[in-house]
Amino acid sequence: MELHNSENKLNIKFKLNNKFVEKKVEPRLLLSDFLRNNCGLTGTHVGCEHGICGACTILFNGNPIRSCLMLAAQVKNSHIVTIEGVANKDEYKDLRQALKKHHALQCGYCTPGFFITIISLLNEKVNYSETDIRKKLSGNICRCTGYTGIILAVSEVIKKRYTKEIS
Amino acid sequence: MNDESKKYIGKNVLRFEDDRLLSGKGVYTSDLNFPDQLHLCFLRSDTAHGKIRSINKDKAEKLKGIYGIFTHEDFKDVPPIKSPSRMKNYYATNQNILCVDKVRYVGEPIAVIVADNRYIAEDAIELVDVEIENLEPVINVKDSIKSNSAILHNEIKSNTILERTFNKGDIQFKRDEKILSVKNNFSMTRKSPVSMETRSYVCNIDKINDALTLYSSSQVPGVIKDALCQFLKIPGNKLNVVAPDVGGGFGGKASLYPEEIITVLLCQKFKRPIKWISDRFEDLMSTSQGFEEIMEVELFFKSSGEFIGLFGNIFGDVGSYSIYPWTAALEPMQVAGFLQGPYKIDNFNVNVKCVVTNKPPTGPYRGVGRPAAVFAIERLIDIASKKLKIDPAKLRLQNMIDKKDFPYKIGSGIVWDKAGFKNCLKSALKIIKYKKFKKINNKNNKNWIGIGIASYGELTGIGSKISVAPGMPLNTGTETGIIEIDATGSISATFGIASHGQGLETTLAQIIAEMLGAKIEDIKINQGNTSFIKHGTGTYASRSAAIAGSVAIKSSKKLKQQIIKIASHIFETNKKNIHVNEGFIFEKNTNKKISFHELARAVYSDMETLPIKLRKPLIALETYDPIFGATTTATHIAVVEIDSETYKIKIRDYVVSEDCGKVINPMIVDGQVHGGVAQGIGAALYEELRYDESGQLQTATLADYLLPTTCEVPNIKIEHIEKFLPDNLGKFKGMGEGGTIGSVAAIANAVSNAISHLNIEITELPISRDKLYNLIKSGAK
Repeated sequence: MELHNSENKLNIKFKLNNKFVEKKVEPRLLLSDFLRNNCGLTGTHVGCEHGICGACTILFNGNPIRSCLMLAAQVKNSHIVTIEGVANKDEYKDLRQALKKHHALQCGYCTPGFFITIISLLNEKVNYSETDIRKKLSGNICRCTGYTGIILAVSEVIKKRYTKEIS
Repeated sequence: MNDESKKYIGKNVLRFEDDRLLSGKGVYTSDLNFPDQLHLCFLRSDTAHGKIRSINKDKAEKLKGIYGIFTHEDFKDVPPIKSPSRMKNYYATNQNILCVDKVRYVGEPIAVIVADNRYIAEDAIELVDVEIENLEPVINVKDSIKSNSAILHNEIKSNTILERTFNKGDIQFKRDEKILSVKNNFSMTRKSPVSMETRSYVCNIDKINDALTLYSSSQVPGVIKDALCQFLKIPGNKLNVVAPDVGGGFGGKASLYPEEIITVLLCQKFKRPIKWISDRFEDLMSTSQGFEEIMEVELFFKSSGEFIGLFGNIFGDVGSYSIYPWTAALEPMQVAGFLQGPYKIDNFNVNVKCVVTNKPPTGPYRGVGRPAAVFAIERLIDIASKKLKIDPAKLRLQNMIDKKDFPYKIGSGIVWDKAGFKNCLKSALKIIKYKKFKKINNKNNKNWIGIGIASYGELTGIGSKISVAPGMPLNTGTETGIIEIDATGSISATFGIASHGQGLETTLAQIIAEMLGAKIEDIKINQGNTSFIKHGTGTYASRSAAIAGSVAIKSSKKLKQQIIKIASHIFETNKKNIHVNEGFIFEKNTNKKISFHELARAVYSDMETLPIKLRKPLIALETYDPIFGATTTATHIAVVEIDSETYKIKIRDYVVSEDCGKVINPMIVDGQVHGGVAQGIGAALYEELRYDESGQLQTATLADYLLPTTCEVPNIKIEHIEKFLPDNLGKFKGMGEGGTIGSVAAIANAVSNAISHLNIEITELPISRDKLYNLIKSGAK
């Protein structure tokens, strides 16, 4: 999406899914819109644009954030990872398999946001209990699954990955 | 060699949809962008009821990047949306695509801005001056029906746009002293379906052929295409409606919307692609809402516990317009239609009024009328059980329709047949270990424990003899299925449905693979596209697996006959000796086999193997109509725990025993139950579209309209009862809505049970913490 007041555009350089990117953006452009419309990465979904639903969650310097609550201009010099950046990584093959096996997605709209939240949870490398997992994932809303499959899948991956390290 | 093909029906086949959706490669309407596209934004009414005095768009039109600002004046030729019905005493409303003279709800579109992008369009909205003279807002049903109330639609002269009374048996039966009754007023507040993907439309134009393609986040592309062609006088071969990946619907995307029509009109006008994506704020105030009902009901019974009568008045708040195509009858009539539930009650008298108010139109939302109906009857039964001092489970079993009573016509005229009512109840009681809850006494406990039961019946997979919405003159009862094998041997199967999370690309492939003897991965399911099929409607009303699943069987069988005929010629053997399995055709007791690919080559490409009369395309096109519907049933049992200090309600345990006939994919059926129950939990405890006395929406963000998260939805135990198979070809019953239908009442009963020592009954949902606090503090009964 090209914005109109081009005279006000800011130049930003940042790393997007491990590639350096340089773009001109209008100051008011939301990061979510920027990723979807200016970078063509439509895997980041927009569900509420007020930071509640979590569908637009991405990694900002390694931390999960709501891209609808940030401006594109704020990503200057940072590293952004979207679903497209992790979709084919072998590192998360177990997670993708578990999400399929436990029917953790239906319409799939919230899924990329959940996926990003879950991988940052996995990266904590902690053998979380189901109660902990439920708390950790409560910032993402899914309207289809009742969360059952998501919780089962994440619990299974965490157990398989981290039980040994703890015991 | 075994005669049967590999079994897929009843298996947990992993979904074909998942790989693309997990990797961010799903294509939803908002992901589509076309060169030269323009964006829309709607200026919406900030007043619930008023007269438009003036609209001044001069300043806004001068803004750079604005291509035009349009009001009703610019669309004078477009007729208002009017939803017809065969019901008596029904008045269709005139819903203009943009307000003419009058506004009738906060959020109603007044003008549309066409701009380079949404940011600029929103800038322009700020610069449009709309002067509205306030009229008296009509917000509550009970005010709306008063004779001195302001009238919403002057041409109708009444705010009650539909009234009907359902009668059965002796409505004057003697109310002697031996007959007992319980009476209560129940109410449900408004809900929003809240699919995570908001409503979105993109219309593209093929300038060479002057043809349009509307990409819509719709559940009903077939309905939308037919309606747009009719409203806008577009020939059917010049308009295609495509529902690509759709991010949930739950009924909210099953109606025709003004924004959808305007997107098409402006694409025609500008001859450029036009895109409109709703934001969440707009979605909460303009997508069809549901569940707002008042139910004044009385249950009569003997001292033995035998139910004898159910009387009541239902007041449905349908909002400002009768929605297309379902009409305002949809939700309130279904409350009455299903109020009796799975119980024998000989005398039935229920009056229904569908009343307009200055709120957004209501439409289908998961369960449609039945969550409210089940809430009322199941609460009444619990209240009756207290009066009778009979255990609530026992009282239900005593009155439940038995298999020997089938077919059983209830008071509203709905016929129950082949359903495991009692089996589901007994199964759920067993799983929850019901007996251990009988000793609970919360009086001196810090945490109050409560258990609640709800049983229900619903009609699903409905054929052409019954309108999905009462009186609606639209055939929703048939499905066409085309199964084709192309020259390469791969299989395409095409249906009129529109999957939006149900996994129909997988379940229909399971059915075809088994019935045809094909490899499941060789099958591609086409759906959600009106160019594929001559008539179709979409996915709603728990119909797709039951009806499309049945036609998949019918078409597969037909195509298999053709395959066997050809193979018997190739193998020079009798048709009986042919066996088809996993993409290969065998001659039994020999080592002869050919693949679908080789068969296709013989039919299409190679001119020697087959005589001309056998070289016909490998296509089966069948239509299926189950005529009537299938009775789906379930019993839900919830166990809740209420913290007596904070009033926090926690669901500790939850069981669903359900009968959806033959299960195609248990994993997917369970997923539908889980999701449905989660929405029922929302409806019972959290979700509420609150309108103030002036008609302003007080819960217009997801920070105010509270959806259940991972912390509010418990693990759910599910049992499938597959003993009572319906008459349709696949023996499938619909089950997409049941989770919501049963859970609302089960939770309401559990909460009531937990506070029964305080002598308080839950009569209004949602029962949020603050409402529970106020209820207990005021000691209201």
